[in-house]
Amino acid sequence: MLSVKHLIDTTSLTADDITQILDTARSFSEVNKRAIKKVPALRGRTIVNLFLEPSTRTKSSFELAEKRLSADSLSMGGATSSVVKGESLADTIETIDAMSVDMFICRAKLAGTPHKICEHTDAVVINAGDGKHQHPTQALLDLYTIRENFGHLDGLKVALVGDLSHSRVCGSLVPALKTMGAEVTLVGPPTFQIADPDYFGVPQTSDLDSVIADMDVVYMLRVQLERMEGAAIPSRREYNRLWGLDMSRVDRMRPEAIICHPGPMNRGMEINADVADCARSRILAQVNAGVLVRMAAMYLLLGGENNGVSA
Amino acid sequence: MAFLLRGAHVVDPQVALDCVRDVLIDEGRIQAVGEDLARPAGAEAIDARGKYLVPGLVDMHVHFRDPGFEYKETIETGSRAATHGGFTDVATMPNTDPVSDTGAEIRYQIDRAHEAGLCHVRPIGALTRAEKGESLAEIGDMVVEGAAAFSDDGHGVQGAGMMRTCMEYVSQFGRVAIAHCEVESLTAHGVINEGRASTRLGMFGWPALGEELEIYRDIELCKLTGCPLHIAHISTARGLELVRAAKAEGLPVTCEVCPHHLFLCEDDITDTYDTNLKMNPPLRSAADAAALVEGLVDGSIDCLVTDHAPHAPHEKNCEWEIAFFGTIGLETSLPLMLTNLVGPQKMSWSRLVEAMAVAPREILRLEPVRLEAGSAADLTLIDPTATIEVTPDYFESRSKNSAFLGCTLTGVATDVFVNGRRTLTDGVVTSQGR
Ligand SMILES: [Zn+2]
Repeated sequence: MLSVKHLIDTTSLTADDITQILDTARSFSEVNKRAIKKVPALRGRTIVNLFLEPSTRTKSSFELAEKRLSADSLSMGGATSSVVKGESLADTIETIDAMSVDMFICRAKLAGTPHKICEHTDAVVINAGDGKHQHPTQALLDLYTIRENFGHLDGLKVALVGDLSHSRVCGSLVPALKTMGAEVTLVGPPTFQIADPDYFGVPQTSDLDSVIADMDVVYMLRVQLERMEGAAIPSRREYNRLWGLDMSRVDRMRPEAIICHPGPMNRGMEINADVADCARSRILAQVNAGVLVRMAAMYLLLGGENNGVSA
Repeated sequence: MAFLLRGAHVVDPQVALDCVRDVLIDEGRIQAVGEDLARPAGAEAIDARGKYLVPGLVDMHVHFRDPGFEYKETIETGSRAATHGGFTDVATMPNTDPVSDTGAEIRYQIDRAHEAGLCHVRPIGALTRAEKGESLAEIGDMVVEGAAAFSDDGHGVQGAGMMRTCMEYVSQFGRVAIAHCEVESLTAHGVINEGRASTRLGMFGWPALGEELEIYRDIELCKLTGCPLHIAHISTARGLELVRAAKAEGLPVTCEVCPHHLFLCEDDITDTYDTNLKMNPPLRSAADAAALVEGLVDGSIDCLVTDHAPHAPHEKNCEWEIAFFGTIGLETSLPLMLTNLVGPQKMSWSRLVEAMAVAPREILRLEPVRLEAGSAADLTLIDPTATIEVTPDYFESRSKNSAFLGCTLTGVATDVFVNGRRTLTDGVVTSQGR
């Protein structure tokens, strides 16, 4: 059993919670290799995917995870939802809740939305990304990917590089890595740095070349191209030159070091095309891990024991 | 109606009073302050032993939302809240709909307040037309109709040249310009203090510098124009230092602080994203709050205001980033001061009276109210031991969005007199309408 009722942020997770989720995800990896990729673990359970902000990758990953666990699921949101017609979040949640559902998966552009949902339902809530706050299943799939590669997480050196201040990936991955004993360094232009790195207790620098050779994991963050307005950075070209991961930087990495990216990538900006496809890249492994950790989180939060495969 | 208040502990630093006295009120004025006064025939005797009697409290920064947003608050419901909180006077900010930027709007507020028949409402007019920061409002017209001061509260006046023009123009009327200090190119989308809170909760930050830079600019414009300047709802330690330095130079600069910036800080915003804690300016660091308390106690901060900002439930019961800014404050202001500062003897009763009654009248150029014969009988009687629970039901305000819901506070106004009329009786608002 996890120590939390909901999966809202990684800050509330203990090392034991994280290990349970990663171990359970690992047990599900065998299911995903079967010809018939389905277990009856959540048969009869109802899950609502409430995507108040567009998301193709995360939404598909959750939907696949639900199908593989045999849950009944319903997707809401986007242009047709009443939420964009001016209905309040409270009204939306209470309306859905009245139909007796077991779990909400929520993606929102406003920070704190998953917490607000908890105030209006007894169902379990998983945060699928809230504004610039957190994206806990992304952090868990990253941990899974890194642990599969190195066999452990403690003591690893991880650099997160790029648009730190607008990144919910940073908000959830940094605390999770620290809980698991990894050492984190934040790298990005000063206009993208977070206001208070002491809150995370990690160093922050603008100089990628000074740290890259020491890292076990170089985690490139997506630059939101709309942030270009307001001149946080002068151009794609300059960004790529100073903070982009190209082969000359990859050649300076430790021999066993790996590259991650949460996707979708801006090839030629934060990561060059040849780097994204090179042997050190774990970007597709991350996508695969996404389905596994989401299956694990849903399964554990809806009351399953740590033997999901045979359930 | 005449009243004889017997045995109250009267506090008024203006006349060096801090002792037990009887006070006789009649014909709208204080008739006598003394020991063992005889009760004239027809005067109602009030046993005030164990209570404090002070010049009527003034809140020079409130939002009554009338006209335009009467579903949040009206001049009538706001007056009830003010009275319940112990106030005889409030100054209403002009960001209504339409904005109070002509004499007719000022007159409207004064007339509505007269109908409500509770506290004195002192309307503040806009500095610029519709608070757009582009052209002068009809400031002279508003002075003639009774505007107490001028402010574009809700916004900083973004252009330094425009603010200079406003201050030069206001200076001829002997009124104060009140500055909501916010450089919008720095605060942009900010919804929470930039730093620990914005990092922890993942939202755009409202940096302290966004306030401090405009405080600095307006102090320099005060020096240039000679217009008295009052800094609204100061929230940072550095902003307070700038005001201290201006005062040391002898400039006509004053400032105010709100209870929420004294007794709450960014650390009180938890991951429940309680939108009643969303303010403009935002709750700052614990160190800022401590510096503001010190500044209020030592007099560097002239007065206490609430920035009473009523909002309807649907405007607060939502995600933080789209929730409206502000908390109501009129009915918790005095209890918070008594509970947190006066009760624990961090602040004297005299200093409380200066900050909540004397200084705001001076800043607004109102007739002083003193505890002496001949003064207007605008008085507040306070029970320092009575306890209140801050629940939605406690409020007379039409809105319930208090940052202090759930608190238990000790010390509350029981009676209020305005021009000798009893508007609060044992904690119950007693409107007599006119
Ligand atoms: Zn303001």
